[in-house]
Amino acid sequence: MPRMTMIEAIRSAMDVSMERDDRVVVFGEDVGYFGGVFRCTQGLQQKYGRTRCFDAPISESGIVGAAIGMAAYGLKPCVEIQFADYMYPAYDQLTQEAARLRYRSNHQFTCPMVVRMPTGGGIFGGQTHSQSPEALFTHVCGLKVVVPSTPYDAKGLLVASIEDPDPVIFLEPKRLYNGPFDGHHDRPVTPWAGHPAADVPEGHFIVPLGEAATARPGSAVTIVTYGTMVHVAIAAAEETGIDAEVIDLRTLLPLDLEAIIRSVKKTGRCLVLHEATLTSGFGAELAALVQEHCFYNLEGPVARVAGWDTPYPHAQEWDYFPGPARVGQALKDMMEA
Amino acid sequence: MPLSDRLSLHVPEPEVRPGGKPDFSKVDIPEAGSVRRPPEDAEAETMRDLAYSIIRVLNPEGEAVGPWAGSLTEEEILTGLRHMMMLRAFDQRMLMAQRQGKTSFYMQHLGEEAISCAFQRALKPGDMNFPTYRQAGLLIAGDYPMVDMMNQIYSNDADPLKGRQLPVLYSARSHGFFSVSGNLGTQYIQAVGWAMASAIRQGTEIASAWIGDGSTAASDFHAALVFASTYRAPVILNIVNNQWAISTFQGIARGGSGTFAARGLGFGIPALRVDGNDYLAVHAASLWAANRARRNGGPTLIEHVTYRAGAHSTSDDPSAYRPKEESSAWPLGDPILRLKNHLIVRGLWSEDRHRQLEAEIRDEVIAAQKEAERHGTLHAGGKPSARDMFEDVYAEMPPHLKRQRQQAGV
Repeated sequence: MPRMTMIEAIRSAMDVSMERDDRVVVFGEDVGYFGGVFRCTQGLQQKYGRTRCFDAPISESGIVGAAIGMAAYGLKPCVEIQFADYMYPAYDQLTQEAARLRYRSNHQFTCPMVVRMPTGGGIFGGQTHSQSPEALFTHVCGLKVVVPSTPYDAKGLLVASIEDPDPVIFLEPKRLYNGPFDGHHDRPVTPWAGHPAADVPEGHFIVPLGEAATARPGSAVTIVTYGTMVHVAIAAAEETGIDAEVIDLRTLLPLDLEAIIRSVKKTGRCLVLHEATLTSGFGAELAALVQEHCFYNLEGPVARVAGWDTPYPHAQEWDYFPGPARVGQALKDMMEA
Repeated sequence: MPLSDRLSLHVPEPEVRPGGKPDFSKVDIPEAGSVRRPPEDAEAETMRDLAYSIIRVLNPEGEAVGPWAGSLTEEEILTGLRHMMMLRAFDQRMLMAQRQGKTSFYMQHLGEEAISCAFQRALKPGDMNFPTYRQAGLLIAGDYPMVDMMNQIYSNDADPLKGRQLPVLYSARSHGFFSVSGNLGTQYIQAVGWAMASAIRQGTEIASAWIGDGSTAASDFHAALVFASTYRAPVILNIVNNQWAISTFQGIARGGSGTFAARGLGFGIPALRVDGNDYLAVHAASLWAANRARRNGGPTLIEHVTYRAGAHSTSDDPSAYRPKEESSAWPLGDPILRLKNHLIVRGLWSEDRHRQLEAEIRDEVIAAQKEAERHGTLHAGGKPSARDMFEDVYAEMPPHLKRQRQQAGV
């Protein structure tokens, strides 16, 4: 089986989808001839022609608005927003148009579309290339929200997203593009090559939306997380020796609540972890659900570790980032409580 | 322009406010028939003058004159009159229904009937309009059943949209009428995307975008013009300039550019400016743009110059911000009267037949209304089920919505 980075896996997902279905079109800023600033669409224009993969003007509302029209026509657009931080001009189109078209038209018109966007920090991107806006999407009924943590999942989830009949926000943790980053920024970069989830089939397969994965089985505490933080959580468990079970949500909406409940009922403790800012983050929803469904199984309060409630700073990136030390400390505190 | 050593902010004001005497002397209105008709394959830069003029066909005597005349047969013109009269009668009944508490809200077309009614007749089956809330003539002229429009307005148990949308935000895919959003401007770029899709698939269908003068200020308008220009999308970009965006006069959105049509010029998009109260002119200009788009000639921007003779909506009182007499002073007249006179001049129509048709249409509208009211009105009779509220958020209902529907007990 070929070894792929997450970039290659994402590219392969679009390639396979464009090959199988000529209604799939790909466009966005710099995605055509050049193949995208992260190279996720490299070679697609060459292979499928300029009318299936092309450059768009720098207008996020234009990119998403045009994609909505195309989806209503019957195409399956898979568009790229260059950084999740750039999606705000398109937020109106995403939340009030794409998300509600099926509902408000009584399914006369639908919006099968994927909006890919690199998310999260860890690349010294500063406040405009590091944000994690997933909670701004999970709060919107009508959207689905996906965050992969491995090349295998990235491909399978992206193919499933393109085939989904509804609009999907596909957040790509950019720090994972080239390797399974565990938060130890001071250590040499680990490439995907040695990782089992870098074995990605070349052909068509899907990872169904709405199904979480157990990234690390354990018995002492459940860490509910997604994206880059999956790898940080595993590192924190290994380093503290606390036998945490790491639930990789993979899809935030629809949420695999059963997987969370199953694990928390088993371990009796729950840590919710994300890189996005803490207040009103998706972790708040997770914590609420866990107490609602697992209250009598809990040995202690649900804990949250997240990015601080500040803009993502440049020089202080690693003070901001909820790395393995912070996660490890939280685990220890929970076990002592 | 007088220069000064001191800065001051310019905030435009309309010529007159309530209490003042309406004055449209600054609206430059060319004679009917005086504006040239370029060939449908003309290069955009050879027809820039059309963005600053007004295409008109009907002259004060009621004759159809000039190079834009003759796009419709006698039969089609009679049908056009009927459509506009139906729309006006429909509006009157629904305004009354709103006052009677049968629905929450209504928006009428008074004075603007020609635009959507004539435009629709320039399209073909398979084409798609992305309308605003003031283009119901697209449905009427497309023979969409009035009773279904009323069912939507009443949010009753036969509402095609199951009570999910505000009154008049129709959706009718079968009739080339995209779901009206209610957020302004957003659908302009969607129409361009739809048109791009048709071109990607090498189809034959074209799209039509609709926006008002006020919403041309929205960023989506500019995104739409960039995309339409860049990809030469088969789309007609309509601007309905009815002079008023609720209480805000068109000068606030237009700024110093002279006309809204001129917005197209910077993008290399051919721009037509048309008398929106002249059914024949609207049809001829729309057909020019539709033919051009369908033959891969790309987008055309059309500014329909008109006047919103009624209130913005049933929640609006225009006497608070403009003179009451302004609508009767509007120099382009009433679209129904003008087409009626034209038909009389041609010997195809008479006052008697007009009165007779008015009565017929009134009966037709009342019959449709009775039928709709059998299915309920907003606060009485049949209504969509609360269970329906949870459907169609997604193609397949996710577990959390199933739980919530269960909690709701519906």
